[in-house]
Amino acid sequence: MPETWKPTADIQLLRLRAQLLTTIRAFFAEKLVLEVETPLLCSATGTDPQLDFFASFYHCEPENKEMFLQTSPEFAMKRLLAAGSGSIYQVCKAFRNAEIGRFHNPEFSILEWYRVGFTLDQLMDEVAELVAKVKGRPLGRVNKISYKEVFEQVTGLNPLVFSQKTYAEYAIKNEIKDAILLCGDDHSMWLDFIFSYKVQPSLENQKLCMVYGYPAIQSSLARINNSNPLVSDRFEVFIDGIEIGNGFFELSDAVEQEQRFDLENQDRQRKGLRVIEKDEKFLAALRSGLPDCSGVAIGLDRLLMSISKTKSLDDVIAFPFERA
Amino acid sequence: MARYSTNEFKAGLKIMLDQDPCAIIENEFIKPGKGQAFSRVKIRNLKNGRVIERTFKSGESVEGADVMDIDVQYLYNDGEFWHFMEPESFDQYQADSNAVADVVKWLKEQDICTMTLWNDSPLSVAPPNFVELAVAETDPGLKGDTSGGGGKPATMESGAVVRVPLFIQIGEMIRIDTRTGEYVSRVKD
Repeated sequence: MPETWKPTADIQLLRLRAQLLTTIRAFFAEKLVLEVETPLLCSATGTDPQLDFFASFYHCEPENKEMFLQTSPEFAMKRLLAAGSGSIYQVCKAFRNAEIGRFHNPEFSILEWYRVGFTLDQLMDEVAELVAKVKGRPLGRVNKISYKEVFEQVTGLNPLVFSQKTYAEYAIKNEIKDAILLCGDDHSMWLDFIFSYKVQPSLENQKLCMVYGYPAIQSSLARINNSNPLVSDRFEVFIDGIEIGNGFFELSDAVEQEQRFDLENQDRQRKGLRVIEKDEKFLAALRSGLPDCSGVAIGLDRLLMSISKTKSLDDVIAFPFERA
Repeated sequence: MARYSTNEFKAGLKIMLDQDPCAIIENEFIKPGKGQAFSRVKIRNLKNGRVIERTFKSGESVEGADVMDIDVQYLYNDGEFWHFMEPESFDQYQADSNAVADVVKWLKEQDICTMTLWNDSPLSVAPPNFVELAVAETDPGLKGDTSGGGGKPATMESGAVVRVPLFIQIGEMIRIDTRTGEYVSRVKD
């Protein structure tokens, strides 16, 4: 019987975590990016059908109000941006229900920042600068590659144009035939399957790789690209093939944002999931005007894994879910 | 039988897959930050021992397999079936050649084996980690050689062929590790 009161992470790793936070704060202080705090416990949550949330009740008779633990600080931080905060960052906890594994803990630490006036490319450069800083050494060449290019390089498939037949043929030839039944005619799920099983492992020997131009069907909260409607202005950060972060050129159009909420809610209904009330405060902030900005969220626990060359989140989190 | 969701998948869990009972070896949770969650599972088919990989959508559920391990004593072989008995209840089980498979070469009457039952029928038999068997046949050893270097093949009373030191003679009892199939020591009376 293991002694479950004890931390799973070595004390040395906790020191490394403290040092990481100090470095991050110094990095943003130097750039005059403002540190902010927003509520973990929120009256609204996102509609993304792929994100399961924790809900709880505020008991104060006669009010019995449902509250949600944030899955990310995105909506609240954008409200600050709309209110004229300028560039901001936050280190906080985020919560995602039913996500557990070597790279997942239902409660995890996020570093999220927004740069007013930055293009996506400028923000990618800043991510690389931060990673080099926290790793304490220059990274050498940072690989930026488009989703389409890396996907085609590895699989020969076009990720932007769906052909169930071509994808299925690829799956049979490449020993992922489970994808055929699981993904069916769901383009986005096919992309997730093939990217996770085939493309991502090919990034393992790259210290830092940023994949930009995610397919428009996976735009999340990013803008659709100006010149190519099949592509969104979204990137992901991979260190040694492990997904560390996700960034957007932020969607600021309130009408389009509301449409995406509605579409995701329809998707939720099809999947038998609960329909989520749209975050009206967030939509009102967009209506009042979000400055053009790019933002990114970095998983701090995974970043710490990478810095310490450890194998599991349990090595870097004092009390992971099973010991919480 | 209960159904298990992928969230409950962990090493050792027995599930039904393609009508066969299987044991989960490893379950990996895969999920892009903004995307579909999958469970990538390594599974051993308990009928043929083959290890395969399967992917499930996270949250999907599968039927559990009514599989359990019991300790049984080997009784005898009647030419077609191998008979075992659970020593406390005296329940008897007859296993066919599929269930016994190549374990047959380690079976000695009265030895305690582990039997895996599926829906109360024998699915497979595992021998004890160590067995003591008599040497039925081997080349005559060189007198005075006790170094154990080199070695020679010896056929046991149960049919297994084991590499033994040169000094081992026909009729001697030896101890064997069934996991590696290797000679461990001579058994002294």
